[in-house]
Amino acid sequence: MSSTGSGADAVVDERVKQTSKLRTAFIRPELGAIVGVVAVFLFFIIFAGDSGMFGPQGVLNWSTVSAQFVIIAVGACMLMIAGEFDLSVGSMIGFSGMSIAIMSVTMGWPVWLAILLTFALCMSIGALTGTIVVRTGLPSFIVSLAFLFILRGFTIFLPQTIERRTIIGGISERAEGDWLAPVFGGKIGEGLFVWLADMDIIATYTRGAREGEPMVNGIPMLIVWALVLVIVAHIVLTRTKFGNWVFASGGDAQAARYVGVPVNRVKVQMFMLTAFCATLFATCQVMEFGSAGADRGLLKEFEAIIAVVIGGALLTGGFGSVIGAALGAIIFGVVQQGLFFAGVESSLFRVFLGVILLFAVILNTYIRRIITGER
Amino acid sequence: MSEAVHAPIVEMKSIEKHFGPVIALNGVSFDVRPGECHCLLGDNGAGKSTFIKTMSGVHKPTKGKILFDGREMSFDSPRAAMTAGIATVYQDLAMIPLMSVTRNFWMGREPVRRVGPFRFMDFARANEVTMTEMRKMGINLRSPDQAVGTLSGGERQTVAIARAVYFGAKVLILDEPTSALGVRQTANVLSTIDKVRKSGIAVVFITHNVRHALAVGDRFTVLNRGKTLGTAQRGQITPEELQDMMAGGQEMVALESSLGGTV
Repeated sequence: MSSTGSGADAVVDERVKQTSKLRTAFIRPELGAIVGVVAVFLFFIIFAGDSGMFGPQGVLNWSTVSAQFVIIAVGACMLMIAGEFDLSVGSMIGFSGMSIAIMSVTMGWPVWLAILLTFALCMSIGALTGTIVVRTGLPSFIVSLAFLFILRGFTIFLPQTIERRTIIGGISERAEGDWLAPVFGGKIGEGLFVWLADMDIIATYTRGAREGEPMVNGIPMLIVWALVLVIVAHIVLTRTKFGNWVFASGGDAQAARYVGVPVNRVKVQMFMLTAFCATLFATCQVMEFGSAGADRGLLKEFEAIIAVVIGGALLTGGFGSVIGAALGAIIFGVVQQGLFFAGVESSLFRVFLGVILLFAVILNTYIRRIITGER
Repeated sequence: MSEAVHAPIVEMKSIEKHFGPVIALNGVSFDVRPGECHCLLGDNGAGKSTFIKTMSGVHKPTKGKILFDGREMSFDSPRAAMTAGIATVYQDLAMIPLMSVTRNFWMGREPVRRVGPFRFMDFARANEVTMTEMRKMGINLRSPDQAVGTLSGGERQTVAIARAVYFGAKVLILDEPTSALGVRQTANVLSTIDKVRKSGIAVVFITHNVRHALAVGDRFTVLNRGKTLGTAQRGQITPEELQDMMAGGQEMVALESSLGGTV
């Protein structure tokens, strides 16, 4: 008697309304990325567990590479949630590195001044891109694509014209004793690692010029910057009024404007953030390598966007997670370095990434539909 | 009019609105009092949309006066009208389906809590108020974190109405809130309108469904081709008469256009 059609429907309807705690805990935007991270680590523990990948040096190696991806992914993530793209990230990395090199080496200005001026210059360019996008209403895809070419062009043209070459070195010498340079190129926790080595917890060099020094002698500032960026961006996005405006601007700009959200300002600020992240990436890289090259940062914009999408953000904006984007970036870094440890042909990196991208995005789409009720 | 205890909160006097050579509104007068639901009926193209957009500050009238609380007002933007207390819930609701109910409810007016030099959005308060306000409207949310996209059409209307009421709307303009809803959801929205009216807010209910209008309306104004066909009190008009008034309007449209065609 209870098996009538309408009765069954009503029961199903009631069930839809209720969700278990377990299900709520699992259904989060980052789930795809979390599953990806677990899969990637399992894969490498099995296939490269004894290669040193999970020793102190190995961990430092893939953490550093992951941190690079994290830095640009955070900017790309916030911008994508605000409903826009920036395809000029890679060119901006090349441009800002070259800007620091030209100002400090060619023009002989102090490194700190070169760094600060470059940040100001690049964030202004980010603001310009954003302003053009919000004023003209053109897709940011097109506007930032134009800047991809404009910035890369200058990055090649300027050093060739001034120095007759496309790589400018000698920045390490110029940065010697500079107060700001170590904030980007330095390391922290050196004392801790010496102590760890003394306690025989981590290995030391047994011969050569650095005999007795720990093999890992500190955590690069790059990693510190990446952690700080993720934490700050996550809190701003999820816990502040401004974060609500970022979601609203990407979710439906018109609806947001209607209730008084300054959508244009929010979007321009997010373009400035991606420019900041690109410049931060470049500054750390330039300080580490001691040189700037015209081809630095190629294709980084796509890597950033892929990390963000693996992290569960919606390409059209209004939905996403900084934590997810950071996990997406870690997948990138671990796979890129892990295949090297596993002794696999590095071209397989791309195959592996493609597969992960596909699976994570399928899972993300499914989860997003549950969360947002999209059909 | 005899029963009315309040003076009108909004009075629109002989409003005309021209868009170039097109006369969209040709002398429409309309008023609404606190605690009443005044229904604005009319077919598509009657000028309902233009009229409420004039009332909510989107358009400026070409001729005519708008009195708000007895004083003549001229709203430069929807924002200005909202600040004065005229809130409009449009058909598309201005809700963002991807975002949670709380985030939507507080969008643009987020409550802030200070922790040292930092200012955070006060989610504890925001969630609590959202849940309370929604409960007042008769909707028990599963969670304030629930995305608006997971709500039914009627529930979304209710969130929009609850938001307008909470933020101090004195006049609530509802643009066809029931037109896309099923039977039960329509009943829910109509009961929400009734609650809002009883709390002393003036409601302007735009619809082209006579039955929905009669369910909650105190007065009924029919608009046709940019003019009012008249205003009737509740109890002074039968559903058939109201239907005839709208249908008569339609016949007139048909008649006029056929005459125009032969000339």
